[in-house]
Amino acid sequence: MSVITLTIDGHLVSGRAGQSVLEVSRDAGIEIPTLCWLEGLSPWGGCRLCVVELKGEQRLFTSCTTVAAEGMHVVTRSARLENYRRMLVELLLAERNHYCAVCVVDGHCELQSMAARLGVDHVRFDYLNPPLPMDISHDLFGLDHNRCILCTRCVRVCDEVEGAHTWDVRGRGTTERVVIDLDRPWKESTSCTRCGKCVQVCPVGALFHKGVTVGEMVKDNSFLMDIIKRRRSAQPFVERRRS
Amino acid sequence: MNRAELDQLRDRARQAKGEQRVRFLVCYSTPCLSSGAPAIRAALEEGIAEEGRKGEVAVVATGCMGPCSRGPRVTVQHRGGQETAYERVTPEMARVLLRRHAADEEGPPEHVLAPDLPYFTRQTRWVLENSGRVDPENIADYIGRDGYAALGRALHEMTPEEVCEAIARSGLRGRGGGGYPTGLKWHLVRKARAERKFVVANGDEGDPGAYMDRTLMESDPHKILEGMAIAGYAVGADKGFIYVRGEYAVAAKRLEKAIRDAERLGLLGARVLDSSFRFRIDLRLGAGAFVCGEETALMNSIMGGRGNPSPRPPYPAQRGLWNQPTLINNVETLGAVAPILRHGPEAFAAIGTAKSKGTKIFALVGEVRTAGLIEVPMGITLREIVEGVGGGMSEGETFKAAQTGGPSGGCIPREHLDTPVDYESLTALGSIMGSGGLIVMGQKSCMVDVAKYFMDFCLDESCGKCIPCRAGTVEMHRILERITSGSAVEGEIERLEELCALAREASLCGLGATAPNPVLATLRYFRDEYHAHIREHRCPAGVCRFTDVPREHLGDRQAAQMQSARSEMEGI
Amino acid sequence: MKRVQYRPDALIEVLHVAQESYGFLSEEILHVIARSMSVPESQVFGVATFYHFFSLRPKGEHSCIVCTGTACYVKGAGEIVTVLEKAYDIKAGETTPDGRLHVGAARCLGSCSLAPMLTLDGKVLGNETADSVLEQVRGLLSGGESGREMR
Repeated sequence: MSVITLTIDGHLVSGRAGQSVLEVSRDAGIEIPTLCWLEGLSPWGGCRLCVVELKGEQRLFTSCTTVAAEGMHVVTRSARLENYRRMLVELLLAERNHYCAVCVVDGHCELQSMAARLGVDHVRFDYLNPPLPMDISHDLFGLDHNRCILCTRCVRVCDEVEGAHTWDVRGRGTTERVVIDLDRPWKESTSCTRCGKCVQVCPVGALFHKGVTVGEMVKDNSFLMDIIKRRRSAQPFVERRRS
Repeated sequence: MNRAELDQLRDRARQAKGEQRVRFLVCYSTPCLSSGAPAIRAALEEGIAEEGRKGEVAVVATGCMGPCSRGPRVTVQHRGGQETAYERVTPEMARVLLRRHAADEEGPPEHVLAPDLPYFTRQTRWVLENSGRVDPENIADYIGRDGYAALGRALHEMTPEEVCEAIARSGLRGRGGGGYPTGLKWHLVRKARAERKFVVANGDEGDPGAYMDRTLMESDPHKILEGMAIAGYAVGADKGFIYVRGEYAVAAKRLEKAIRDAERLGLLGARVLDSSFRFRIDLRLGAGAFVCGEETALMNSIMGGRGNPSPRPPYPAQRGLWNQPTLINNVETLGAVAPILRHGPEAFAAIGTAKSKGTKIFALVGEVRTAGLIEVPMGITLREIVEGVGGGMSEGETFKAAQTGGPSGGCIPREHLDTPVDYESLTALGSIMGSGGLIVMGQKSCMVDVAKYFMDFCLDESCGKCIPCRAGTVEMHRILERITSGSAVEGEIERLEELCALAREASLCGLGATAPNPVLATLRYFRDEYHAHIREHRCPAGVCRFTDVPREHLGDRQAAQMQSARSEMEGI
Repeated sequence: MKRVQYRPDALIEVLHVAQESYGFLSEEILHVIARSMSVPESQVFGVATFYHFFSLRPKGEHSCIVCTGTACYVKGAGEIVTVLEKAYDIKAGETTPDGRLHVGAARCLGSCSLAPMLTLDGKVLGNETADSVLEQVRGLLSGGESGREMR
């Protein structure tokens, strides 16, 4: 496997050919904010938080989807980027109801901690707060669309890791919502295996265990990389190289 | 079929045409179809049958003839070349015309379109050369006008590299709006190594108020097929997809027939024109999603998925359909290919400006006297288009702005009317060439309202994948809504501009990135209109109704309260 | 109907055919499509709701689709929609509760030179005003002739 060298925030770092800018950067200890990205799942590029500047390019690139190349000059931090990231979080907070004080993941929420990390102390945009339903038909899990940020982690983990593809996204634009089968109540899903992976990878309080109350829902997605690593080592050598 | 047989077919088609004494061309393009063309054709055919003139007088249903606002259009051709164009024809009038032209009856020349109308004389028709002249459902008509000759030349006299080079030399650039050099794109795909390659023709024209691509597909479908086949040969693809917007039923039907006819004659299929080149074309019908005009979204849609775009890189030329290198061009771009090979790249490059060569099709609509589809040389000024080709403003209107590029473009005000129409000049004005929509607005159009209209369009068409577009367009629309309803306060324009910058730079695809353009362009040239709305509760164009009162922004109030609470605490 | 191909990339084609044959896409139809094409149900649902062409509910008995493309908009299409919405107390894209009238706003029907234009039960009407449209819709609903002839 060939090694590439690039410059990130002025540091000379090396990575493996085929790695994304985000992966190389994290391996080098340079953190880039992310929400929809999750190690082990395919990159999505929807939350735009991981945008970086590339020398010689006008537009911004999402580091999770951009393959690192030899000699690249990457800037992960600048006033322009920080400003946009704050605005992106503001837009996420304004889009649906993200009132933390009554949320099951209060204190353990990736959106909440991202807002704190980026210094978002108030939202300058209109709160859109569309009235959205909840689905608490299932005996183990609950779904609150009001908290969902449409990162599609649940869709991807269910399709790519569990293999059930129970989840998908319906509608488009503002009418988008995550959906189970043909928009059935969770209880009636014929494809769901009740594995609960979607709940654990959900970065916010949209998916939760039933019965928990404010601040009690703590998520743990460490199982994901364990599964991915075992799968990789179980693959025959040739296939591993191809992937 | 081989080239010699193609030549024979061409000669036969010309001969057959020569045997007819009078030909009635009836425009069968969507605007004329909806204003009554079928009844005219029926009346003509009945009349011919009654008078026993079959054989010497023919009725041909053609594609678009031009000034669509004056439809239904009929053109009468006499053997020997004499032609008369008629506007606003009715079935009764058709009978009169039949008698006049076929039976040489005298009559007052009513509804005649003068052949020296600037609308006709100021156009340069390359891509639309056959539009309104041939029956789009008759392949022989196309072949009679040298159709598929360029494909024959490419296959038998040129290497794929030479074809790419010819396109590069012509200076042709992407007509879908991007303006990327077409020859360069072809070279990239040609050089890519892969098991398979694909060619995609993008006919998912979505800009409201624009119908260039539809007209081209309806009027001359074989030209697009020929362009695709030449492209396939040049880049090494054996399969093409033509993606047609779902609303374009007529175009889809004609293309489908064209594909079948071309396959039957061996102009598409396993051995194209008796060469070793294999090329098949599939038609894919869109289903109502503007975002699918974006190339990565379009490819996801061709593969049967949601039309969400994907981040680039990788570009389609590297990894497109089914992860194979894919050449994706707008149908107008592909429509220029065959004429370029036939007349030579130099002839094409001789038209236009230094960086923008050739001709461009525009759908000239709005407050002009003669609206319709036009093809003009690049570098023509907006003034020439509006005042010349379009015949000036409609009765009682004065020019305020011209909108190009639809929801991704901007408004060009009066003081820039003498700007030449080319990619760079329009971009410098904060608009874009776009796919070719050109809407002329008079003083009765409110620029804030127009900006709101396009933002409403974008928020409705946003795919929802990325947040700057999904929520950003909603927030921008809210602000515009407040400005037009009278509840906006100072500072909202600045917030609007911030959101524009975010959407422009941080969006995933072109839809989000260009969604702010109508707002930014109107802010640039008509900022005083925004101010009049906010400060004086007045809409200079008289469009907006102020039903609301100004209200302070909730977020601001909270921030101000927090700020004062903080300073109080610090004071203690 | 399923003879199209069982390849998953034909999903949109299959949905087109289904919509054409049944008028709309019921849950049952979507279920059958998902089953026979081996595409996850949620994916079929996601695709069917992404595109504006597909409808999961039956359309009204009569339909009035107003073009709100730019050319029509600047010539007053917005007012036509508003008047219709008010008169029948529905929003564009909805059907009246009695299922008799569906009012829709289309992005662009591509006859910009006839602006403002609309289609009433598939018939094209051009150069309209809000009042003339309302009159024709009323006539249609009361069983009369569907609007005057085009010029």
